[in-house]
Amino acid sequence: MISDWKRSQEMKEIYDVAIIGAGVCGANVARKLSQYELDVVLLEKEIDVSLGTSKANSGIVHGGFHDHISTLKARLELQGALMFDRLHEELDFPFERCGILVAALHEDEMKAIEQLYLQGVENGVIGIEMCSRERMLELEPKLNPDVVGGLYAPSGGILEPYRFVFSLVESARNNGVQVKTEFEVEAAERRGDCWHIRAKGGQEIRARYVVNSAGLHADSVSAAFGAERFTIMPRKGEYYLLDRTTKAKPSRVIFPVPTEVSKGILVIPTVEGTVLIGPTASPAQSKEDFATTREQLEHVLHAARMMVPAISENDVITSFAGLRAAYGSDFYIALSEKVPALVHVAGIQSPGLTASPAIGEYVKDLLKKAGLRLVEKPDWDPCVRKVPRARDADPFALDALVAQDPAYGDIVCRCERVSEAEIVAAIRAGHTTLDGIKYYTRAQMGRCQGGFCTYKIIRILMRETGMRFDQITKRGGDSFVLKGSL
Amino acid sequence: MKQLTFDAVVIGGGAAGMAAALELDARGHSVLILEREDALGGILMQCIHNGFGLIEFNEELTGPEFAQRFEEKVVARNIQVSLRTTVLDIREEEGAKAIYCVSPEQGMMRVQARTIVLAMGCRERNRGNIRIPGTRPAGIYTAGLAQRLVNIEGYIPGKDVVIIGSGDIGLIMARRMSWSGCKVHAVIEILPYPSGLTRNIVQCLNDFGIPLYLSHLVTDIYGNDRVEGIEVTPIESGALMHEKAFKIACDTVLLSVGLVPENELSRNAGIEIQPTTNGPWVDSMLMTTMPGVFACGNVLHVHDLVDYVVEEARRAGANAAAWLSGYRPARELRVKTGQNIRYVLPMRINPERENRLYMRSLVVKNDARLEVRLDGAVVKSRRLAHVQPSEMLSLTLAPEELSAAGRDSTIEIALV
Ligand SMILES: Cc1cc2nc3c(=O)[nH]c(=O)nc-3n(C[C@H](O)[C@H](O)[C@H](O)COP(=O)(O)OP(=O)(O)OC[C@H]3O[C@@H](n4cnc5c(N)ncnc54)[C@H](O)[C@@H]3O)c2cc1C
Ligand SMILES: Cc1cc2nc3c(=O)[nH]c(=O)nc-3n(C[C@H](O)[C@H](O)[C@H](O)COP(=O)(O)OP(=O)(O)OC[C@H]3O[C@@H](n4cnc5c(N)ncnc54)[C@H](O)[C@@H]3O)c2cc1C
Repeated sequence: MISDWKRSQEMKEIYDVAIIGAGVCGANVARKLSQYELDVVLLEKEIDVSLGTSKANSGIVHGGFHDHISTLKARLELQGALMFDRLHEELDFPFERCGILVAALHEDEMKAIEQLYLQGVENGVIGIEMCSRERMLELEPKLNPDVVGGLYAPSGGILEPYRFVFSLVESARNNGVQVKTEFEVEAAERRGDCWHIRAKGGQEIRARYVVNSAGLHADSVSAAFGAERFTIMPRKGEYYLLDRTTKAKPSRVIFPVPTEVSKGILVIPTVEGTVLIGPTASPAQSKEDFATTREQLEHVLHAARMMVPAISENDVITSFAGLRAAYGSDFYIALSEKVPALVHVAGIQSPGLTASPAIGEYVKDLLKKAGLRLVEKPDWDPCVRKVPRARDADPFALDALVAQDPAYGDIVCRCERVSEAEIVAAIRAGHTTLDGIKYYTRAQMGRCQGGFCTYKIIRILMRETGMRFDQITKRGGDSFVLKGSL
Repeated sequence: MKQLTFDAVVIGGGAAGMAAALELDARGHSVLILEREDALGGILMQCIHNGFGLIEFNEELTGPEFAQRFEEKVVARNIQVSLRTTVLDIREEEGAKAIYCVSPEQGMMRVQARTIVLAMGCRERNRGNIRIPGTRPAGIYTAGLAQRLVNIEGYIPGKDVVIIGSGDIGLIMARRMSWSGCKVHAVIEILPYPSGLTRNIVQCLNDFGIPLYLSHLVTDIYGNDRVEGIEVTPIESGALMHEKAFKIACDTVLLSVGLVPENELSRNAGIEIQPTTNGPWVDSMLMTTMPGVFACGNVLHVHDLVDYVVEEARRAGANAAAWLSGYRPARELRVKTGQNIRYVLPMRINPERENRLYMRSLVVKNDARLEVRLDGAVVKSRRLAHVQPSEMLSLTLAPEELSAAGRDSTIEIALV
C-alpha cells in the first residue's frame, strides 16, 4: 500500500506554474496559488518536503525591529508576521506568540537597544517596549541578573517550522496542487510559451511559469534556466537542543544585542516545550556541510549561558546545523530580467520563515504582473484536517480517541508521547522516512532520540507501505537504516 | 473511562516489577502489573546471551530464561497483568493514588491504589548526551537499540562497526555483531579504564581480537547519508592530542555510554530525584518522597546485574506490603557519602532492622577498604581487592552493628 497522496499524482500535460523547491517559501507560494484556477506543481529534489533550510532554523516569528522598513525583507517580515494567527487556525501547526526580549548586559549596549526600539517604532511594531533591568527580570526571571535593560516585543512568536511547511503543502495538495518529490531540477529549456523542465532522473514536465524557490541552490536553478548569474554562499548556524526537563527554559525568546553580522546566540523556548540554543554564524564548507563542530557548539553553550546562566550541558539531547542561503543583504525576489516567466525567490535568509506567507502573496503578484491569469476557486478550502495528538489530549479525550481508533492507545514514543495512530497519519500524509515521521509526529525527537521507538516505527512503516526492511531510510537517498537480516 | 482499584500497582513488568509484585501477592495484597510492551520481562527479553542468574538461581541463564522463571510464578499466582498499557500519569487525588494509563484494548484507565511500586527501568544515553559533533547520517544507534534490532527484529544495522563507550551492552554487542558476520573495528572509551565488567572485556573483545582504545575521545562523525567514519583523538594527561587524531572508516556507530533511570513519571508526580543516581530519593524502606510510592531496579539506580535488581525489588515489594499493613519505621538514620563514594542507597537506614546498602566508587583502586562510620567511629570495614566505578558494591548492616546509634546519628560510607 503506497500512501494516499502519492497515488493521486497523475501527470498534467502542461502546468500553469511549476514551483522549484518545497521549503517554506515554495510551500507558501504553492498554497497561495492553490486558491486560483491553476494547475500547479511543486517540485522537490529530496524525498520529502521541508528537508532544506526550512527544517533547521530557530523557528521564530520575528518581531519586526531588526531591519529597517526600507528593505524588502523588513516589509515582508512585518506583513508575514501578522498573517500567522489566521494561518495557525487554518493549518494545524504549533505556534505561539510568546514574545521576544533583547537583553543588554552592559550599559554600552543600551545605545543599540534604543536604536532597535526606534526602528521598531518606525516600522510600526505593535506593543514594542524599552525595558529597565527590573522590567526585564520580571518578564523573564531566568535571565542573567546582570542584565541592564532591554527591549520587549510582545507579538514575536515561535512555531515548529517543518510542521508549518507540512501543513502548507497538505493544504496546497488538498486544493489540487501536485507535489513531486525526488525531482531534482537539472535543466530547462524555453520552447514556445512553455518551460520544459528536466529532472536529474530524466523525468520531464512542462510549465508556463516557474518559481525558483530552491533555497541554497537557487543560483544553480537560475543557471539551468539561462537566467541571472549569482552565487549563494552557505553560512552555517549550529544549535543545541535541550530536554524539556531543563531548569533553564525561559518563557520568551531571548536575543542578545545583535552585531553587524548576526542576531547572535539566542535562547528559544520551542513550542513543544524543549529549549533551543544557537545559532552560530560561520562559513560552511559546502551546501551539503551540515556537520556540527566542537568549537562552535562550545561557543553556543558559553554565549547562551551569558543570557540564561542555568543552562547546563547535561540537558543537551542533540545538536544540529542549518545553512543560511546568503546572498547580498536583502531578499532577492523578482522576475527574471533575462528570461521570460521566471520568478526568483532567492537569498531568503532570516527572517524568511516569518516573511514566507507574505512572500507567497508577493510572488503571486509578480506572476500576475508577468501575465498569469488569476481566477479564484469558489471552493477553495483553507483548512487542513487536524490530527489529534495523544500528547495534547486529557484522559477523557484520549479515551474517546482510543474508542474511535485503538491505535491511539499504543504509545510508540514514550518521551514525546506519540501514539501509533499519529505515526500512521504521518505515513498516510506521505512522510515515509524516519526523519519525515519524526518531524511530523516528534517521535524520536525526545530525550532518548529514538532509542526505544525506532524499531517500532520501522515495523509500522513496513506494514503501512509494504516497503522491505532494506528500503527504509532515515531521509531518502542512501541513508539506509538496516544493512541485512539474519 | 475504566476505573479499577488495587492495594498495589506495579509500574513496569521487567525483572524488578515481577519480583516486587510476587512479594506483595505473597503477603495477601491485590496487585496489578502495568507493562507497556506486549510481554513481561523488560529489557531481559533482548539479552539472549548467557550470564544471568548466577546469584539468584546458581546457574547461567539467558535473559529470556531468567525472565521466564519469574513470569511463570506471576502466572501461577494469578497476578493480574495489563500488557500493552502505558502509564501516563501518577497523581494524588482525594487522598488516594491514581494511575492514569492507556492501552489499545482498554482505552484510558484510572487505577486507584494505596501503594505504588515504580519499576520502569532505564534508558540509554545517546549521542547528544555526550555531545559528539559531526554530521547526522543514518547508522548511529544506541547499543540497546542495535541489540533489539539484531536479537528480536532479526536485522543487521550495519557491517563495519565502531562502538563508542565500553559499557556492558556495547561489549556484548561487539561479540553479537562479530557472530553475525560484521566487522567490529574498535571500541573507543574516554576513560583510562573500561566501564564494563572485566569478564565482558575478556569474552567479548579479547576473544575476538577487537581493539579497545582507552583514554580516547570520538571527536567527529562524518558521512552524509550513511556514516562513513569517525575521528578519534587520544587524551594524554587530560589534554586532547589533536595531532595524533586518526580516522576509522565504518558504516555503523553503536553507543554504549551509560544508562539513565527513566523517571519522567516520577518527576511529573513531584517525587524528588537524586542528582547522583538520577533515581528517586528513598528511605530505609525504599520509599520515595511520595508516601506509599516505592522504587526498585534500574529506575532507582542502574544495576550491573539482574540478580541485584531482583534482590532489591523483593525488598521493595515486602516493604510496600509492610507499609500497607501499617508498619512505619520508628527511627531512621541519615546516610552520608564519604570519601571516594559516588552514591549510597538508600539515603536512610533503620537501626532496628537489617539494612542492605548499595554504593558505587568514584575511583579505580586496588587493595581498598570499605568503611562504615557511625558518627565518625568505624563500626564495620571490609577489604576489597579491587574497586572501580562500573562495579556496584553492597553491604549489609545488622542492628547489632548500629547499637551505639543515637537519635541524630549519621552513617557514613567511605572507601579508603
Ligand atoms: C540557522 C538559521 C536560523 C534561522 N532562523 C529563522 C527564524 O528564527 N525566523 C525566521 O523567520 N527565519 C529564520 N531563518 C531563515 C529561514 O529558515 C529561511 O529563510 C527559510 O527557511 C528559507 O526557505 P526556502 O524555502 O527559501 O529555502 P529551503 O527551505 O532551503 O527550501 C528550498 C528547497 O529547494 C529544494 N531544492 C534545491 N534545489 C533543487 C532543485 N534543483 N530541484 C528541486 N528542488 C530543489 C531543496 O531541497 C529545499 O527543500 C533561519 C535560517 C537559518 C539557516
Ligand atoms: C538496553 C539494555 C540492555 C541491557 N543488557 C544487559 C545485559 O546484557 N546484561 C545484564 O546483566 N544487564 C543488562 N541490562 C541491565 C538490565 O536492564 C537489568 O539487569 C534488569 O533487567 C533491569 O530490570 P528492571 O525491571 O529494573 O528494568 P526493565 O527490564 O527495563 O523493565 C522496565 C519495564 O518497565 C516498562 N515500563 C517503563 N515505563 C513504563 C510506563 N510508563 N508504563 C508501563 N510500563 C513501563 C518497560 O516497558 C519495561 O518492561 C541492560 C539494560 C538495558 C537498558
